[in-house]
Amino acid sequence: MDGKNMIKGTGVSPGISIGIAHILKKDDDGLSGIIIQTNEARELEIEKFNQAVVSAIREVETIRLNTSFDLKPEDMDILDTQIEFLGDPQIAEDVHEKIRNHFRSAHDAVIEVIDAAVEMFRNMDDKYLSARAADLRDIGNRILRNLNTGRASFGPDFGENTILIAEDLAPSDTITLDTTRVVGFATRLGGRTSHTAIIAKAKGIPAVVACGSELLNIRIGETVILDGTTGELIINPGSEIMGVYKAKQVNILNEKALLRSLKDLPAVTTDGHRFKLYANISNAAELEQVFENGGEGVGLLRTEMLFMGRDSFPSEEEQFNFYKQVAIKSKNRPVIIRTLDIGGDKQLPYFGIPPENNPFMGYRAIRICLDQQEIFFTQLRAILRASVFGNLKIMFPMISNLSEVKQAKECVNEVKLELKNAGIDFDRSIELGIMIEIPSAALIADILAREVDFFSIGTNDLCQYTLAVDRMNGKVSALYTHFNPGVLRLISYVIEQAHKQNKPVGLCGEMASDPLAALLLMGMGLDEFSMSPRSIPSIKNILVKNSLAKAREVFKTVMEMDDPETIINYLEEVII
Amino acid sequence: MISKDYTILSPQGIHARPATALLKLTRHFKSTICLQKDERLVPLRSMLNILALAIQCGDTISVIIDGEDESEAALSIDNFFNDLLKHQ
Repeated sequence: MDGKNMIKGTGVSPGISIGIAHILKKDDDGLSGIIIQTNEARELEIEKFNQAVVSAIREVETIRLNTSFDLKPEDMDILDTQIEFLGDPQIAEDVHEKIRNHFRSAHDAVIEVIDAAVEMFRNMDDKYLSARAADLRDIGNRILRNLNTGRASFGPDFGENTILIAEDLAPSDTITLDTTRVVGFATRLGGRTSHTAIIAKAKGIPAVVACGSELLNIRIGETVILDGTTGELIINPGSEIMGVYKAKQVNILNEKALLRSLKDLPAVTTDGHRFKLYANISNAAELEQVFENGGEGVGLLRTEMLFMGRDSFPSEEEQFNFYKQVAIKSKNRPVIIRTLDIGGDKQLPYFGIPPENNPFMGYRAIRICLDQQEIFFTQLRAILRASVFGNLKIMFPMISNLSEVKQAKECVNEVKLELKNAGIDFDRSIELGIMIEIPSAALIADILAREVDFFSIGTNDLCQYTLAVDRMNGKVSALYTHFNPGVLRLISYVIEQAHKQNKPVGLCGEMASDPLAALLLMGMGLDEFSMSPRSIPSIKNILVKNSLAKAREVFKTVMEMDDPETIINYLEEVII
Repeated sequence: MISKDYTILSPQGIHARPATALLKLTRHFKSTICLQKDERLVPLRSMLNILALAIQCGDTISVIIDGEDESEAALSIDNFFNDLLKHQ
């Protein structure tokens, strides 16, 4: 590139990478032209397509449910839209028709149908709608990739320190990037909320999107500095600039190394008090990330993923295998399994819950489980059977009163008896806990603590219910903060009451990963912090640098403050 | 059968977000639900079809519901259009 050697895009994933440009030309998935000869083979193609759609939806749901990606509500919307498109009956119908009546392969049929739809959207004179063409292209590619399983989406093996330059990257491309070689990427298209941006951030690869057409002037082999924080790309930098960025890069790496060095350090304060740092996960595969980041256990295993992206309830056997995997891979470290938390905004296609005016206050979670006990029993049996393989604990969500706890425990006892009579082994002393996420439960923490082995505070829902704020509603979301003194009093009360009965308290909402809240929660005496694996080092860093004595001071001071803003300002001052 | 007209007031018309919400909302009804704009009528179960109608601010569309739970469905859709969409 001559002359101008700086390109400005939108930085979407922070960090600096210095590397060699590799221009990615997306090999257009061409039509194969294959004609499918027999009816049987055509039905097989249809089945292949249907399967590919199911796996594609599952992929997106995995992204959606994986909070280690820290999705914002708007990101969720994008993913929801993708899922809608993937499962679109019109697209399926059109593809089936191409296969049945035009003898196309599933691969060709998908290309033709998606191309036609993309063309239609492109030609709309509504800017917003013509932009949907990109979404359609992406879901088309995703289905194609799932049709050709086993085929890597990238052909070339990248050299060391590759900076990828591309038109656009599909989210699934980003997921599969070999981060030992690709150190950063820049795309001509894309935006802050594109899936690609979200995933790059989660993987920790610096990335710049929306660079415009200047990006395409970069040539293969040129040296590129990519600053994912400012969104700048510098091509063929002089030695002086290179020096500046290398120094910046070293600073950032030092910081990262510091966090890594914390990994095997126990989470002990300077005055010798130990806290537990756990992770929130959705499947066994994520455990690896938990341990890499120094997590000591799982404070929340969501089980919804098992139930989504399919068309019927998973059998006891399927569930058993899922929990067993987790139990084995956790190597005896504690894993708290939350029983099914569907309903409200999380719907299962095969379990029709009529629309509700107030879904967050409606038929969901434990309410469904206690009402339709068949579902609950199957899950409990599967968990109990798996409990011999590790250190599993069971946690019930959405508890609002004592009777629900008693009923849920009764169900566990029934299942235990059944298993015992059938001679099936299980952990007889499996611990049972509840989520504290409804204000009424927080306020009767003393009563509930008698019934269970542990509490876990779900601050996301607790905030929403205490403040009566739907944080998805932009008009009121500013009111949503866990630093509202009302919320803080509830949390502190729950911990105090549980401790009176020697019951440990964890916290598995977003507050656990908020560095500003760490000292305060330590001071309250919280026993266990559970968060997305990647957040663990930064919270540990605060823990090991501070004393419990200081945290208690902070807690005392905060509880005398009267509004969130004062509290936040104060916490910003005291945190190191 | 119930048929009802709505004039879309949200500045962006019916884009992906409300379309997703509408699909989620109506999925559980047994009734057949269709959207009509001008002479084009599409079943309300496909994102592609809804967006293809390119419903913009100021457009009037009809919702046609037919089936055993049509009144329940109509109520829910009514809430959706009067409430949700207006506030987008």
